[in-house]
Amino acid sequence: MSLTCILVVLTALGLTAGPASAQISDGLVKIGVLNDQSSLYADLTGQGSVVAARMAVEDYGAAQKGLKVEIIFADHQNKADVGSNIARQWFDAEKVDVIVDVPNSAVALAVNQITRERGKAFLVSGAATSDLTGKACSPNTIHWTYDTWALANGTGTAIVKTGGDTWFFLTADYAFGHALERDTEAVVLKNGGKVLGKVRHPLNTADFSSFLLQAQASKAKIIGLANAGGDTTNAIKQGAEFGIVRGGQNFAGLLVFLTDVHGLGLQTAQGLIFTESFYWDSNDKTRAFAKRFAERNRGIHPTMIHAGVYAAVTHYLKAVEALKADDGTKVITRMKEMPTDDPLFGKGTIRPDGRKVHAMYLFEVKKPAESKAPWDYYKLRATIPAEQAFRPLDQGDCTLVKK
Amino acid sequence: MSTGDTHAEAQEPAATATVPHHQVVAFVLMVAFFTAAPFFVYPVFLMKALCFGLFACAFGLLIGYVGLLSFGHAAFLGTAGYVTAHAAKVWGWSPELAIAAGTALAGALGLVVGALAIRSRGIYFANITLAFAQMIYFFCVQVPFTHGEDGIQAVPRGTLLGLLDLHTETAMYFAVLAIFVAGLLLIYRTIHSPFGQVLKAIRENEPRAISLGYRADRYKLLAFVLSAALSGLAGGTKALVFQLASLTDVHWTMSGEVVLMTLLGGLGTVFGPVVGALIMVTLEHYLAQLGAWITIVQGAIFVVCVLTFRRGVVGEVARLLKKPL
Amino acid sequence: MFFGVPAQALFGQLLIGLINGSFYAMLSLGLSVIFGLLNIINFNHGALYMMGAFVAYFLLQWAGLGYWWALLIAPIVIGLVGVVLERTMLKRLYHLDHLYGLLLTFGLALVIQGAFRHAFGSSGLPYTIPGELAGGRNLGFMFLPNYRAWVIVCSLVVCFGTWYVIERTKLGSYLRAATENPTLVRAFGVNVPRMITLTYGFGVALAALAGVLAAPIYQVNPLMGADLIIVVFAVVVIGGLGSIMGSIVTGFALGIIEGLTKVFYPEASNTVIFVIMAVVLLVRPAGLFGRER
Repeated sequence: MSLTCILVVLTALGLTAGPASAQISDGLVKIGVLNDQSSLYADLTGQGSVVAARMAVEDYGAAQKGLKVEIIFADHQNKADVGSNIARQWFDAEKVDVIVDVPNSAVALAVNQITRERGKAFLVSGAATSDLTGKACSPNTIHWTYDTWALANGTGTAIVKTGGDTWFFLTADYAFGHALERDTEAVVLKNGGKVLGKVRHPLNTADFSSFLLQAQASKAKIIGLANAGGDTTNAIKQGAEFGIVRGGQNFAGLLVFLTDVHGLGLQTAQGLIFTESFYWDSNDKTRAFAKRFAERNRGIHPTMIHAGVYAAVTHYLKAVEALKADDGTKVITRMKEMPTDDPLFGKGTIRPDGRKVHAMYLFEVKKPAESKAPWDYYKLRATIPAEQAFRPLDQGDCTLVKK
Repeated sequence: MSTGDTHAEAQEPAATATVPHHQVVAFVLMVAFFTAAPFFVYPVFLMKALCFGLFACAFGLLIGYVGLLSFGHAAFLGTAGYVTAHAAKVWGWSPELAIAAGTALAGALGLVVGALAIRSRGIYFANITLAFAQMIYFFCVQVPFTHGEDGIQAVPRGTLLGLLDLHTETAMYFAVLAIFVAGLLLIYRTIHSPFGQVLKAIRENEPRAISLGYRADRYKLLAFVLSAALSGLAGGTKALVFQLASLTDVHWTMSGEVVLMTLLGGLGTVFGPVVGALIMVTLEHYLAQLGAWITIVQGAIFVVCVLTFRRGVVGEVARLLKKPL
Repeated sequence: MFFGVPAQALFGQLLIGLINGSFYAMLSLGLSVIFGLLNIINFNHGALYMMGAFVAYFLLQWAGLGYWWALLIAPIVIGLVGVVLERTMLKRLYHLDHLYGLLLTFGLALVIQGAFRHAFGSSGLPYTIPGELAGGRNLGFMFLPNYRAWVIVCSLVVCFGTWYVIERTKLGSYLRAATENPTLVRAFGVNVPRMITLTYGFGVALAALAGVLAAPIYQVNPLMGADLIIVVFAVVVIGGLGSIMGSIVTGFALGIIEGLTKVFYPEASNTVIFVIMAVVLLVRPAGLFGRER
């Protein structure tokens, strides 16, 4: 037998050993947390989401109720191909019943499609695109936490109403950025504001100085950041250097997370205005959760995405228990029928298009002097009630919504 | 790679134009393995290995037999993927036509890039290919039909030749296997043909080949176009397998990955790139849980291979067998 | 108004381009020096630049040593890292094709970046501008932060200092001679291997210095060098691999060109350097100031 032969056989044997975690019984609810574990969204989702999912399972008392639940996770590296590959593998070969989180709209859309084809379940916390409850809506998907429409509506409306009526957009040049800019511009115009200019920057730009110059020259009161992650924090940091805030202009972060503020530091981030659906320091229940969460997550406090994962998994388990089954389509339908209630978002509902509805909040970052403790970063500027926070049901082009 | 240094280490393909017996055996074994494997291993994983295997072989053709290291081969893989995805989804073409379109475009792109790049060699050639690949990447980011970061999603697999519904994994798998085998046979035939002989002569001593009357640039260009087209074939097929075409496939890190696969498998060998691709795909699969570790391991493999393992897996095996593989 | 753009905006962008060019110049200088003497394309330059920024961050976090210390210490530390890399790994590749050096350093870059990403994530760590350089002055057509002005000055000094040493001093002449004909230079009693090692260390130290300069502006982030290296690579190739003056001039020039592109056609700002590189390579394969090897 030639060496090539042996090599080939050995490789074959190695591969037959099968993919990582094996399991097969169907008395098991298997939850897959799929998100970015290593790159620009790792802190705002990443391992924190896995922790949140685990806490949800424990707090729900799955073990006591005789429900066997297993949680696995993987890193999609912000790539649609990696993400969809993992999703496919999980559903086909590893009997995963539900996929949770998935930040990055491109990956989420791909996973949405794959979940639908296989009749499984998909609970989105991380991704932003409002298409998930619009054009791409699916009977197998529920979109939790937030979406681009809510962000645009929340931040845009509130800012214009509180005096920020001239805008300049700094937009990441890809679909998500375009959508966010488009939605926010519509809102600004609708509320009587004006858009004085826009500039598009490549994704992952390290240096915003030239774009900030243009923003300054426009003399717009508000510089809208239609981007996320490193782009947002870089723009803000460099904005501080160029004296944007001192010069009387304000940044409107259209997608900002607690961990971004933490990374920037209050000195730089102060005055930033944005919309989120959850803040750990809102009430006693959220504070209690945050304390337990931080202990398990290296001291990092929960972002709204982590909170969304917790709430979604909790509600999912309730539906599974009620149905005594984990068939994806059926569970999602059941989840839509049941009103939600959890310590983090309070009471809420899920619409037929898969949109989870709850209040959104307009926050402003505190000045360093106003912050009394680590992670004490936000002050509440306004609350947007649930009925107004999300795109009206009939405007989404969702085929699941009967006209 | 320039003559002399590296090829003293790499394998010397057979001097005659007939097919060596042991290579036939290896080929048959490989096909047998891939035919049996989907019954034990998740087919989509294997299809990924096959597509990357074809891509790596196409790349390997250029470096192993022409001696040119292209640092921009992802451009061909990725653009073909986009064209195939678009043709299948938006124009509704059947899979074989969609893939053919992707392949043809990649070949055309290869002609343009190759015509401009062939004049250089060595590090300068790598630079030019990288420059063009970057331009193509940014073109793909901007142009509307690729949908930028979202990529082209939900690409229908269609029905092959109106007979075989490719939506089942098994059917798709065997279609991909057929494409892979066809591609490999084409490469093999090219190497063991008069054309291949001239290429080898050019690689060994270009001035001499020119003095013998061969238009070296034309041969190199043709090899480049072939390499680009086959990369496109791999890319188009991949787009249908995963029903997705994305920026990942045109990014420069993909170009780096294919270099790694070929290096790991064995530069200048026939089966090396396939083995390298299989190993890399397996590694990525098992390390997927560990995120950043994939990059670290890939880097470490690069380092180890360059320092101590330049012949690659198949190269070492071939050396032990004392036969070219 | 120039081409429909107010003069204010134009000059502002030119100045910013100059700042970016400073980074390109410093990094491509290091790359060029290394290629000139070692024939190695140092693909891990970006990773070492990133490590320089991290050293500055660690010095501040763990030792309370501020920016000015970092400017001194980081290049030395990373320079030593470079020396170790050269002695243990790069040395073995000199007798082979250049491309193996490229592949090895590419692999090293992956390892270093992966390790840092694993340890620190990719959100970026804050590093504040040192107090002495905070603030800025209003130049009329733009508000120029003092720190950015400092970057330009520092970069110019370092670049021309290096150029002077290499082109006009005795040490530099040994270096240049060793590039041409190492055997002969060795025969004259000059310790060529040591010179090579130190040169690599120096080139890498330049990258680390650029990293420290970048830390307050770009956030300390494991991926900060990853896409930058491709651009710097292009700059070096345009200027001419091995040409010191070529890298410096091209670095600044391309920074300015990129800045201008951002004004008129921002979406292309990433591509313009590669287009120029392709054109230059087709017309003058050895680069604008280089000599073909």
